[in-house]
Amino acid sequence: MLFKTSPSPHIKASNKVQSMMFQVLYALIPGALAAMYFFGWGVLFNLGIAISICLASEALMLKLRKRNITTHLTDGSALVTACLLALALPPLAPWWLTTIACLFAIVVAKHLYGGLGFNPFNPAMVGYIVVMISFPLQMTLWTTPISIGHGWPDFLTTFHWVFGGHLPTNANLDSISMATPMDIIKTQLHQSHFINETRASDTYKMFFGTLSGVGWQWINSLYLIGGIWLIKKGVIDWRIPVALLIGLAFFANLFQAIDFSTHTSAIFQLFSGGIMLGAFFIATDPITASTTPKGRWLYGFGIGTLIFIIRTWGGYPDGIAFAVVIMNMVVPIIDYYTLPKIYGHSNN
Amino acid sequence: MTVTKTISTFHGGLKLKGNKQLSTGTAITAAAVVSQYIIPLQQHIGAISESLVSIGEHVLKGQMIAKPGSTISAAVHAPVSGTITAIDRQPVPHVSGLPDYCITIDNDFKDKWVKTQPLAEDYNNHTSRDLRQLLRDAGIVGLGGATFPSDIKETEMDTHTLILNGVECEPYITCDDMLMRERAQQVLAGADIIGHIIKAHECIVAIENNKPEAIKAMQAVIDADGTGFFRLQVIPTLYPSGGEKQLIKIITGKEVPSGHFPGELDVLCHNVATAYAIYQAIYEARPLISRIMTVTGHGIQQPQNIEVLIGTPMKDCIEQCGGYINDNCELIMGGPMMGLTLQSDHLPVIKATNCLLIRPCTEAADTKTHLPCIRCGKCVEVCPVRLLPQQLYWYTSCKNMERVKNHHLFDCIECGCCAYVCPSDIPLVQYYRFAKTEIRHKQQQRIASDTARQHHEAHQQRLERQKQEREQRLRKKREMLAARNKNTDSNNKEAITDAIARAKAKKAEREQAATKQPVKQ
Repeated sequence: MLFKTSPSPHIKASNKVQSMMFQVLYALIPGALAAMYFFGWGVLFNLGIAISICLASEALMLKLRKRNITTHLTDGSALVTACLLALALPPLAPWWLTTIACLFAIVVAKHLYGGLGFNPFNPAMVGYIVVMISFPLQMTLWTTPISIGHGWPDFLTTFHWVFGGHLPTNANLDSISMATPMDIIKTQLHQSHFINETRASDTYKMFFGTLSGVGWQWINSLYLIGGIWLIKKGVIDWRIPVALLIGLAFFANLFQAIDFSTHTSAIFQLFSGGIMLGAFFIATDPITASTTPKGRWLYGFGIGTLIFIIRTWGGYPDGIAFAVVIMNMVVPIIDYYTLPKIYGHSNN
Repeated sequence: MTVTKTISTFHGGLKLKGNKQLSTGTAITAAAVVSQYIIPLQQHIGAISESLVSIGEHVLKGQMIAKPGSTISAAVHAPVSGTITAIDRQPVPHVSGLPDYCITIDNDFKDKWVKTQPLAEDYNNHTSRDLRQLLRDAGIVGLGGATFPSDIKETEMDTHTLILNGVECEPYITCDDMLMRERAQQVLAGADIIGHIIKAHECIVAIENNKPEAIKAMQAVIDADGTGFFRLQVIPTLYPSGGEKQLIKIITGKEVPSGHFPGELDVLCHNVATAYAIYQAIYEARPLISRIMTVTGHGIQQPQNIEVLIGTPMKDCIEQCGGYINDNCELIMGGPMMGLTLQSDHLPVIKATNCLLIRPCTEAADTKTHLPCIRCGKCVEVCPVRLLPQQLYWYTSCKNMERVKNHHLFDCIECGCCAYVCPSDIPLVQYYRFAKTEIRHKQQQRIASDTARQHHEAHQQRLERQKQEREQRLRKKREMLAARNKNTDSNNKEAITDAIARAKAKKAEREQAATKQPVKQ
């Protein structure tokens, strides 16, 4: 009788790429639900469009590249890219904007570089940057949070806007959309209104909560909780998000200490925009991040620092995508210079 | 007396399901005697042993049938008395799957021992050198898995600490556990002999905390001993704590420098089974002709530990344990993490066979396809050597062997932790073995080509030298000839002119004479 042979080890842990990807998706659920609650149907439309486009383009690219479609399509990576992109884009993003971002992420940033495991840049962030640079106006179309004014538009209005590009006669864009709290502060600073003035003013005070913007503080808190769950599950490494948050908080505190009237607090920074989504779900994308323990500290801290720089002095409202992609570029160098000390070697 | 001492830990490692209770239910039983034994000549690290017997010869049990082939090599002995029927290539349990030289003995069932006198307590009066020779003659090799010849290992003289490795961290395997439970006295007596040979000051017995009965048995003997030489150190259960370098780190807190032996740290590590074999060699004059082996797994009827003669066909051991539950299974020699899958059970048990693991194929890892590496770094977290397995994999798959070497591939102990946790199911250890072979092969090629080039250059130089020598010789000869020619030339001219002058003179004489005598007519 001949037995089957295989290389050692002959036992395996149960974790799989697919299960890791799906755990990431589960961890996104609380934050995504909060986003839907505060910003309405647009979030759902974004998710629907992004998931269909990403899966379709992934399947097409796999077919063109003569890869096994079922094995690779079910690994969950395209689904994660789709969800991250959908949650990062503004809720009133037109369908074509989401489509372009997704196509660019999957076709160019992922598959043209060799597919899963070979892409040097985070696909979702590359897609985001492409539409951010090309369509800056559409990228600011955030809905009014639920508790303010009329809140977000109803299903039909959103549907018309996202798929038809126009609003029903009884609605206008200004009443359903508004700038994000970070934008408000930035615009007001340009008009020489200090932060505490803005936050206390009658026009704007309703947009700010205890931690940061209304809605935003909740969404960020729930992404934070999802992220901590991922760390506990061992899906992501804790070093990158912790280093990122420390990096951002460090500079926020430093500059607030220098001039509190023109710089927001570290807490406001940490709970604004897509920070928690970026720190726990985007920067931790293992393929494009540094892989050495020390390198992950540097990588996370670098992203946090760059976010602060872009937010404070850059022309864009939020800098996560740029910060992540810039640090992606530095990863090979970081990895090379942060080799861990090996057993029995006195130094590297 | 137990002195509790803080212990260190190594990086990474895995908490694995032990499955040890499967085979610890019954006491160690002797394996059935069979009619034919096949004894491979290569059962150890080092050179192959040299056969001392010929076909048709009758041998006695315990008789040396092959001697060490070089300094690093081991002797092989007849496990039974009987007749040599073949010395040829036979299938052996080796990773290559290739047959190798074996001596086949047909058992005469007389169990007639070669005449020997055990040293017993008298060993204390013998020098380390004599005792090492005795171990060499007894064919003792490390029984923890590496099968390194013990007499070579013990040339580390005046080593302060002897670590007795009773860790047995691989799942399923329980042969060391059972040995310590049942024969603690003998194991420690063996350790005492090693201690005497290397002049150790202390012996630390390391056992994982998942073996309470072995700990109890060993502790009882240590307490009874009362010399203070032995100290039991219970360590946490973590794979691969039984790896020599990892265990040394745990016990001493120090790392064995890369490319060096533990002797650098004044430490020597020996397995409990080796200590037992040494005990048998000294107290019973019994060379290494048997070992305790675990036959276990969910694919065998009666998992248990058996004391088996080296050379027994595995098939007979499996039959003794009730046979396979189901034909559709996998046979592994060793543990599930580092063991070797065998194609057939028609193979002999060798000195390294600590375990036969039989698993139904449903439990076997699916290695058909694997996904690309997503650089998740799980492998980095578990690597006990603190390597970057994902980078080694990356550079191996693009055959950038320089980078592979720079990332210290040769420090890899192939424990399999990285492949165990890999979510993409990449057979990482397989890649590293490939890279190691590739690099070694290249090095050999380079050495070969260097030697060839040196030979060629030497040859060219010799040719050149010979040419020059010849030319010089020729030149000298030419010069000599030329000189001589010149001499002869001038001599000749003189001779010619002389001759002409003489001839002229003669002619003149003749003419004169003619003019003087015309009147005679």
